[in-house]
Amino acid sequence: MPDNLPNLEESASYDRSVISYIQLAAERGVYDIRGLGAKRRLPSFDDLVFLTASASRYPLEGYREKCETRTVLGTSRAARPIELDIPITIAGMSFGSLSANTKEAIGRAASQMGTSTTTGDGGMTPEERQSSKILVYQCLPSRYGFNPQDVAQADAIEVVIGQGAKPGGGGMLLGQKISPRVAGMRTLPEGIDQRSACRHPDWTGPDDLTIKIEELREITEWQIPIYVKIGATRVKEDMKLAVKAGADVVVVDGMQGGTAATQQVFIEHAGIPTLPAVRLAAAALDEMDVVGQVQLIISGGVRSGADVAKALALGADAVSIGQGALIALGCNSPHWVDDGENVDATADYNQLGVRPGYCHHCQSGLCPVGITTQDEQLEKRLDPQWGARRLKNYLQVMTMELTTLARACGKSNVHHLEPEDLVALTIEAAAMAKVPLAGTDWIPGEQIRGE
Amino acid sequence: MAAIGADVHGKATVLDLAKQSLREVNSVLHGDAAQLASKHLLVLNPAGHHSVAVGMNAPAHVEIQGHAGYYAAGMNRQAEITIHGNAGCGVAENMMSGIVRVCGNASTCAGASAHGGLLVIDGDASSRCGISLKGADIVVGGSVGHMSGFMAQAGRLVVCGDAGTGLGDSLYEAVIYVRGQLFELGADAQEEPMTDDDIRQLADLLNRTQLKHDPQEFKRVASARTLYHWNADAAQEY
Repeated sequence: MPDNLPNLEESASYDRSVISYIQLAAERGVYDIRGLGAKRRLPSFDDLVFLTASASRYPLEGYREKCETRTVLGTSRAARPIELDIPITIAGMSFGSLSANTKEAIGRAASQMGTSTTTGDGGMTPEERQSSKILVYQCLPSRYGFNPQDVAQADAIEVVIGQGAKPGGGGMLLGQKISPRVAGMRTLPEGIDQRSACRHPDWTGPDDLTIKIEELREITEWQIPIYVKIGATRVKEDMKLAVKAGADVVVVDGMQGGTAATQQVFIEHAGIPTLPAVRLAAAALDEMDVVGQVQLIISGGVRSGADVAKALALGADAVSIGQGALIALGCNSPHWVDDGENVDATADYNQLGVRPGYCHHCQSGLCPVGITTQDEQLEKRLDPQWGARRLKNYLQVMTMELTTLARACGKSNVHHLEPEDLVALTIEAAAMAKVPLAGTDWIPGEQIRGE
Repeated sequence: MAAIGADVHGKATVLDLAKQSLREVNSVLHGDAAQLASKHLLVLNPAGHHSVAVGMNAPAHVEIQGHAGYYAAGMNRQAEITIHGNAGCGVAENMMSGIVRVCGNASTCAGASAHGGLLVIDGDASSRCGISLKGADIVVGGSVGHMSGFMAQAGRLVVCGDAGTGLGDSLYEAVIYVRGQLFELGADAQEEPMTDDDIRQLADLLNRTQLKHDPQEFKRVASARTLYHWNADAAQEY
């Protein structure tokens, strides 16, 4: 059959990807579970641009004048708030989904940059604690590996209600990643498919959460901040409930947020993008008159210094990165590095039926570059020191980009960026971010001044 | 091991929640472990306060003289804590070691996610008793509410009365013993024959808790392990 038939018309409703989805569903009888985050095109920070200084605004010298990046979180109640050198933190990712080497690399890089990293489902490893100067300890519904010894070692506690990739859902760590060590930490048999609960075992609803937070404060002697993390759905309502429950810091994770293993239908069809989430979250703090008392961390598809700058301008105090950090460590790279030499990983990608740049097979445990694996041989492909250098470089570049934009907007502190510094390139982004469409005064849904 | 509730000699330290704040009371209970060892501490007028005696880490004897609110004795390590009253939601949640005894009834989620130690409830426990249990022992003198032992991973839950519906739903390796009626088991939970080892273990637990029952009267409930690996044909069971 000729390759280019002139009258072929692909169906918009049933294009090749939909046909493939239906045929695979028919063949396998199970839905897809995969890693990474939403792959579909979404309104994002890319749809915003800065109105940097010109005649009407006064810029700072990009290479000379200081632009402050220091960030303090948990200022209202904790005796020891979190003090960061940069407003870019590392999101919670579990030992189990990630290898111990990866967790160590992340901890080292974060410490070198003066920022925090976060545990994940499955608890805290000694390597992670040792390598991380500032470590946020997650309290998740599963409570895998959650214990008072590690609570005592934590610099903050993050009560996880949900995450952007699967708000309302629990995790699934497939059996191939339940190594003896992972199983031991989670008190589970080796090799089983481990289902994480979607609700906490000892509280239900915001009134209970208030009491839970008080318990954690009592246990930690009111020394460290308590964060609450939510997946972005009904952001304004959830923010207000989290604040009312006593959160010092609220982490809002948009639908671009990554995961090691979640049902594809969740990843692509639940939650709202990070762009509207940040604006709704900031509005909630404003309406409750707690701006400056309760801090907002935004995550989900934050990839560059420009994204950080835009998130801060829209009201975030800091951002968290997960997928970006893994990519800096070599995720989706065609090779891994052995003693300074690139080693081709194409064959490993082929085994997974994928190519570098397209891989989302974190759930398989067969990560070609040794990041999302518990396999002893694969894990060796990521040297923690090499990885730490890479991630530190990435965080450094993001910070430089952030301060470059802030200075150009005339700000001596990145936290002085504001919505007025931004315009939108699309009507959707203008409506979601509540900034004017470029070249107009129009913010969809809001009255134009003077009318 | 001494029977729970045995007299502790020596003068008790009195903490009074009618006169002291929760913070003050818990600060004393969080004191130096060596100094608190074998000390007898009385907490008066708990009046349903939440988070009483949470986060202890000393082999002290604490008696809470009245009803406690949520999370009493939460995350306990080493301490022997007796609540002379009822306990609210999540008593002894995430306990690692030690002994907690509730002389009355316990609300929901008693012993949730507890890793070690022993929780004894003389009366009844509400729903989700022993949810996500990770190695502790829970002995309930009365009955437990629905969905008790949900996703329990390790440890033992002993129910001397009846067990509500959905018992042991999605169990992992924890084992449940029920003396009374089993109304309906949860997904993947099954009744199994009592072995000699079960009888021995149960006799020891009942002896430690001073509950006078014949181990032979109990039924064993454990995981059928059919949901350990993802099975699309059982999708509604997950």
